[in-house]
Amino acid sequence: MTRESIKAAIIEIINEIVPDEDLSDLDHQKPLRDQIDLDSMDFLDIVMELRKKYRIEVPEEDYDELSTMNSTIDYLLPKMESL
Amino acid sequence: MIDKIRIVITGVGLTAPNGDDLVSYRKALLDGKSGVSSHEVRYMPPVPAGLCDFDQFRHQSKKAGRRGTRAGAMSIYSANEAVVDAGLAIGNLIRDRTGVFIGITEHGNVETENEIYNLSQYDFDVKYWSHHHNPRTVANNPAGEVTLNMNITGPHLCLGAACAAGNIGLIYGAQMLKLGEVDLALAGGVSESARTFGIYASFQAQNALARHKDPTKASRPFDRERNGIVVAEGGCIFAMERLEDAKARGAKIYGELVGYAYNSDAADFVLPNATRQSECMRMALLRAKMLPEQIDILNTHGTGTMQGDEHECEAIRRVFGTMTNTNVNNTKSFIGHAMGAAGALEIAGNLPSFQDKTVHPTINLDNIDPECNLPGFVIKKPRKLDRVESIMSNSFGMLGINSVVIIKRFEQ
Repeated sequence: MTRESIKAAIIEIINEIVPDEDLSDLDHQKPLRDQIDLDSMDFLDIVMELRKKYRIEVPEEDYDELSTMNSTIDYLLPKMESL
Repeated sequence: MIDKIRIVITGVGLTAPNGDDLVSYRKALLDGKSGVSSHEVRYMPPVPAGLCDFDQFRHQSKKAGRRGTRAGAMSIYSANEAVVDAGLAIGNLIRDRTGVFIGITEHGNVETENEIYNLSQYDFDVKYWSHHHNPRTVANNPAGEVTLNMNITGPHLCLGAACAAGNIGLIYGAQMLKLGEVDLALAGGVSESARTFGIYASFQAQNALARHKDPTKASRPFDRERNGIVVAEGGCIFAMERLEDAKARGAKIYGELVGYAYNSDAADFVLPNATRQSECMRMALLRAKMLPEQIDILNTHGTGTMQGDEHECEAIRRVFGTMTNTNVNNTKSFIGHAMGAAGALEIAGNLPSFQDKTVHPTINLDNIDPECNLPGFVIKKPRKLDRVESIMSNSFGMLGINSVVIIKRFEQ
């Protein structure tokens, strides 16, 4: 998967979890939780959906890597580029 | 002193299989319109069931709906509608003086069944089990979701009371008002179990699951051809207040809760007990300071099981004798058995009788079982009366729990 397709996959997952939010103007440099109503239970949903859809494990010590869109893509790229 | 505090109903919010507000629900009951249809259930052939089709996102965000439960969604819808109907502003409730008390027959089975099914898709690897499972299945979930949605900081809880629960939500709300613990009680019942397979499979194993080639005719309490229960979902919440508070703000008053009782059979897991049921009815009458002949409408619990309906009629005979002036009806014949919501929905369905002076009928009662032949049955067509002063509603449940409430037309 490319950076663009990983981004699309993340957007799709977040959209399922917080369907009331408008994700079209996200600043990829800023923390997601500063821009949309995304709490810790939602964050666990993102981790679960990555597991279910892509068989990717995000251990708890890596959760901070999923802070911004860019940092999330950076973190997931090595795990997803072969998919 | 507590006995002198009068409790009134000032708002009704509901979702039933044949109506999502009191006006449309009442119209369906007067028009003889069933809410039962054929429903696909996991692992089983289709079953007749009463399912609701309310506007879930009128009062709830999609995110909250996704995170929460069906029972929570029905409770949120009903509670908000009750507050609106009571003429109160949703965003302006006195947060810490409002309580939410919701009767449940059961809770969490839908979520547990779904999670186990989900797990089966991942070879039963528990790392795929949702972190939402616990908050969805705690027993206070439906009432708790209402407090989150409506920003209520007063007390909340669900009252587990099998199929007596809808009445008991109402009774508990009244008790909390009488104790001065709250100023506004949002009280009633809810059930989402029509979305499980387990409830159908268990009734089937008990030979108590209704079957009929026409699902709208499957729920037929007191009929000779009845063959069991039609499971339904639903929610019904009343805004309840002390009379002095309701009058002070000029609220419309649907009726006054003048008598109630609940007791236990101490006899059997599932079989009803006519002796305790009749004791419960008598206790409610005593508290209301009323005689049986003063009850204008008796709304039966009747679920459509052979023994249950017979036992209830026996209990009613012991209290009401051969009286012909009491009009008897049954709401489950329209919507099926909405479990925790049943008692509350049945009260709601009859409340408009104080204004329209009409008794909603019992449908599908084509050939009354001689064992159930009470003199006052209102069958197929509504019955017009000169006036309606009082309604008694019965709700009984497994493990031997009986509840009876008496509502009177409000008089100064």
